[in-house]
Amino acid sequence: MSENAMGSTMVEEQFAGGDRARALARDFAAHRRKSGALPVAWLERTMRSVGLEVYTQSFSRKLPFPDETHERYMVSGTNVYGILRAPRAASTESLVLTVPCGSDSTNSQAVGLLLALAAHFRGQIYWAKDIIFLVTEHDLLGTEAWLEAYHDVNVTGMQSSPLQGRAGAIQAAVALELSSDMVTSLDVAVEGLNGQLPNLDLLNLFQTFCQKGGLLCTLQGKLQPQDWTSLDGPLQGLQMLLLMVLRQASGRPHGSHGLFLRYRVEALTLRGINSFRQYKYDLVAVGKALEGMFRKLNHLLERLHQSFFLYLLPALSRFVSIGLYMPAAGFLLLVLGLKALELWMQLHEAGVGLEPGGSPGPSVPLPPAQGVGLASLVAPLLISQAMGLALYVLPVLGQHVAAQHFPVAEAEAVVLTLLAIYAAGLALPHNTHRVVSTQAPDRGWMVLKLVALIYLALQLGCIVLTNFSLGFLLAATMVPTAALAKPHGSRTLYAVLLVLTSPAATLFGSLFLWRELQEAPLSLAEGWQLFLAALAQGVLEHHTYGALLFPLLSLGLYPCWLLFWNVLFWK
Amino acid sequence: MAAAMPLALFVLLLPGPGGWCLAEPQRDSLREELVITPLPSGDVAATFQFRTRWDSELQREGDTDHYFLRYAVLPREVVCTENLTPWKKLLPCSSKAGLSVLLKADRLFHTSYHSQAVHIRPVCRNARCTSISWELRQTLSVVFDAFITGQGKKDWSLFRMFSRTLTEPCPLASESRVYVDITNYNQDNETLEVNPAPTTTYQDVILGTRKTYAVYDLLDTAMIHNSRNLNIQLKWKRPPENEFPPGPFLHAQRYVSGYGLQKGELSTLLYNTHPYRAFPVLLLDTVPWYLRLYVHTLTITSKGKDNKPSYIHYQPAQDRLQPHLLEMLIQLPANSVTKVSIQFERALLKWTEYTPDPNHGFYVSPSVLSALVPSMVAAKPVDWEESPLFNSLFPVSDGSNYFVRLYTEPLLVNLPTPDFSMPYNVICLTCTVVAVCYGSFYNLLTRTFHIEEPRTGGLAKRLANFIRRIRGVPPL
Repeated sequence: MSENAMGSTMVEEQFAGGDRARALARDFAAHRRKSGALPVAWLERTMRSVGLEVYTQSFSRKLPFPDETHERYMVSGTNVYGILRAPRAASTESLVLTVPCGSDSTNSQAVGLLLALAAHFRGQIYWAKDIIFLVTEHDLLGTEAWLEAYHDVNVTGMQSSPLQGRAGAIQAAVALELSSDMVTSLDVAVEGLNGQLPNLDLLNLFQTFCQKGGLLCTLQGKLQPQDWTSLDGPLQGLQMLLLMVLRQASGRPHGSHGLFLRYRVEALTLRGINSFRQYKYDLVAVGKALEGMFRKLNHLLERLHQSFFLYLLPALSRFVSIGLYMPAAGFLLLVLGLKALELWMQLHEAGVGLEPGGSPGPSVPLPPAQGVGLASLVAPLLISQAMGLALYVLPVLGQHVAAQHFPVAEAEAVVLTLLAIYAAGLALPHNTHRVVSTQAPDRGWMVLKLVALIYLALQLGCIVLTNFSLGFLLAATMVPTAALAKPHGSRTLYAVLLVLTSPAATLFGSLFLWRELQEAPLSLAEGWQLFLAALAQGVLEHHTYGALLFPLLSLGLYPCWLLFWNVLFWK
Repeated sequence: MAAAMPLALFVLLLPGPGGWCLAEPQRDSLREELVITPLPSGDVAATFQFRTRWDSELQREGDTDHYFLRYAVLPREVVCTENLTPWKKLLPCSSKAGLSVLLKADRLFHTSYHSQAVHIRPVCRNARCTSISWELRQTLSVVFDAFITGQGKKDWSLFRMFSRTLTEPCPLASESRVYVDITNYNQDNETLEVNPAPTTTYQDVILGTRKTYAVYDLLDTAMIHNSRNLNIQLKWKRPPENEFPPGPFLHAQRYVSGYGLQKGELSTLLYNTHPYRAFPVLLLDTVPWYLRLYVHTLTITSKGKDNKPSYIHYQPAQDRLQPHLLEMLIQLPANSVTKVSIQFERALLKWTEYTPDPNHGFYVSPSVLSALVPSMVAAKPVDWEESPLFNSLFPVSDGSNYFVRLYTEPLLVNLPTPDFSMPYNVICLTCTVVAVCYGSFYNLLTRTFHIEEPRTGGLAKRLANFIRRIRGVPPL
């Protein structure tokens, strides 16, 4: 652990409210069943009775189209939060313990534990930071609404009532998901919105308390590889690393902690897993781990900043730092650069060969081939960008029209429009050639490919810097075929390759790889269903949380990929 | 409950003869009092006040020049026993006798709220103010938390709160009293019981509401000698019905909105919960220079409408010299929330200007709200010298208003902070080395060297050279 304030001090956990947590969880579940929604009044009453300052926040959001996975469209709900004020402090800093309650998920044990912890924390005098106990409705939507209201911004067009109570700058947050009284292991999720990760120290803190309490802790739902000397350990590590890369690349928040990261609040989600293992832990063990974490976070003088923000995890106790993995992406992108350089040299030589002494300069009379080469670029570039824009705008905009004319629901309409526009892009080369007739075909495609290569390299470079996993996945798939694409040789082979490495195909393949790594392989039909659901989720997450994957693919990489498609079918 | 505790320093020399002055007060006097306010939630607020007065030969000269008026705030102060010990030493009886025996650090710092103050001011001794006394007023307010100290029980006693009881008044004190607020509970004497029974009660209008206090006078010999010590106890006979008493008419909240390290917004919410009366509030903000305020973004809205302040004084910041000063008089409509917001940009500091632990953030001092809040009950003007000390904390300008000064919470703002660990040090070092090397090399390379020709000298030299040339000897 790099943070001094959390490392050296010892903490003795005293939480013993297991029975209370279970009783509160039962009460909560009963009230929830009765009312069918979050029992706001009961929560308010209970939080007040343990001595918190209680506030509620109501919010409503109309999703751009019905969410079929979570079965919601017009969402309105209420968040309840209680603030434990640190004694003799001025409410400048705070910590958050949050429990997201979805409509379907039974997170009542987590609520029970949260309330029991609140009661225990309230009796202590050592708090230097306020602690906010937050129960959100409609899981992540509620969290997003609360966070936006807390920071008084509106990023996603959420309608919500302003917050009555605040507690300064939030330093760290822990989200808790528990669905049973007993757990066999605790799973930790770090991947947040747009692939953001919390500071590694927070994860180390969790791991420290896992070891101290003898809890079984997992990452990506998998046990830690024990034996690093034989081949097995590293293989398992690779598996977990790949799982993390896939989850990070998806750019979706894997737990409500993911939304906190935008506001520079270090956060992670703890999930209690109850499987068929012999050794089980009750809520006291989980509560003690949380108590220890909060007490150490309470010691923090500065925001967590000492350790890494960019890392990959092959195991809980091991990480790959940015210095190690970045060169891999760098070398991949170098391919594009070198290929572009080669094309540039070829173009230059061709120009020299055509017209001795006539390098591309404005003073000499332009060779006709050069002029056509540049003019022929405009049409494909514009049309492919327009395709991208259509891909981004039309599905959501035209859902009602599609739903009226075809026998599909709105959500299906969006996904099918997406696929239709995507596929329509493949017909693009024929369209552009009608606009432009080229006289020097070789120079034309070379210039186009040169531009496309540089465009791709720039985009991938930017993505790699912000979300390494996504950038690396895309680079690994797109770069080889992009470098090879040319309108000669066996076009069908190249075409097949190019289609297989297009962003949509990458997504499709990633789904299969993901399920394969989780040891739950998919059949083709299941995979297709999952693919359609993933498309809808991607669009929804862009609109509800501001995830950037959908605009990135539709406005950036898809048009770029179309340029290569154009190169391939250059006449 | 835990409010802001800024360490505010007012250098305020009260001008001329005013309402505070009176003819010939008693010389060298000490008055001490303790006000205990049990809250329905079970928390207990205790306020100590000690007032020492002594004559001085220092003379005042005319009115105070406003150029000498200074205001300074330290936004962050961690209270601990180091704050209490020197404060106690200023008391005439120290902590040996009188009310100050209750000031035990280990109990006082188990509270949920702690506020400690020292006020010093000159007081005129006669109407023409030819001679003055100095007044040192020390106050200490704490709130005992029923959840932490009372283990959930709402009954309390002096012993339970302070782990001491009162045995004797301070021998130097001319007045030594304990007041217990029994305002809402004494109608039928069934909700709560105070033990021992008070000898007298005192009624007054405090913060716009009528209050009744049970008074225990330590100078009254019967009070202590009956039982050798005084341990005031309070028992709730019936749990109070309304757990949450109505909030004050004026309260405020302040926060930073936005995310990211470039821009942000300072927002202050001013609540006027009075059902039918609007009143003006003077809002004073000092913002450090490294938050560059954009004054054109200052917006004040109440009830969804623009609220134009009747007076604005703005003094822009100068980098590294003075902070922004923003003072506004805002009318708060009845039963409304007024939002005052202004956008800012975070400045980049020089690397030596960062405080230790720069990632903790930088504090922005609280805004200060001063207001004349309309009171529910008309108060009659009282004689400040005769009435209890706590009365003068809330001076009444006329019968219908009372004065309130509120501090909002201080804010913690993160500035863009370089990584002060090794890479940053390396960068700084290499930059310095490169700058020094580059500078000297550049200097050497771009400078052309000329051998300075000795200037042709005066008449004597020319003459000498002329002779030398004639002689065939090289000139000088």
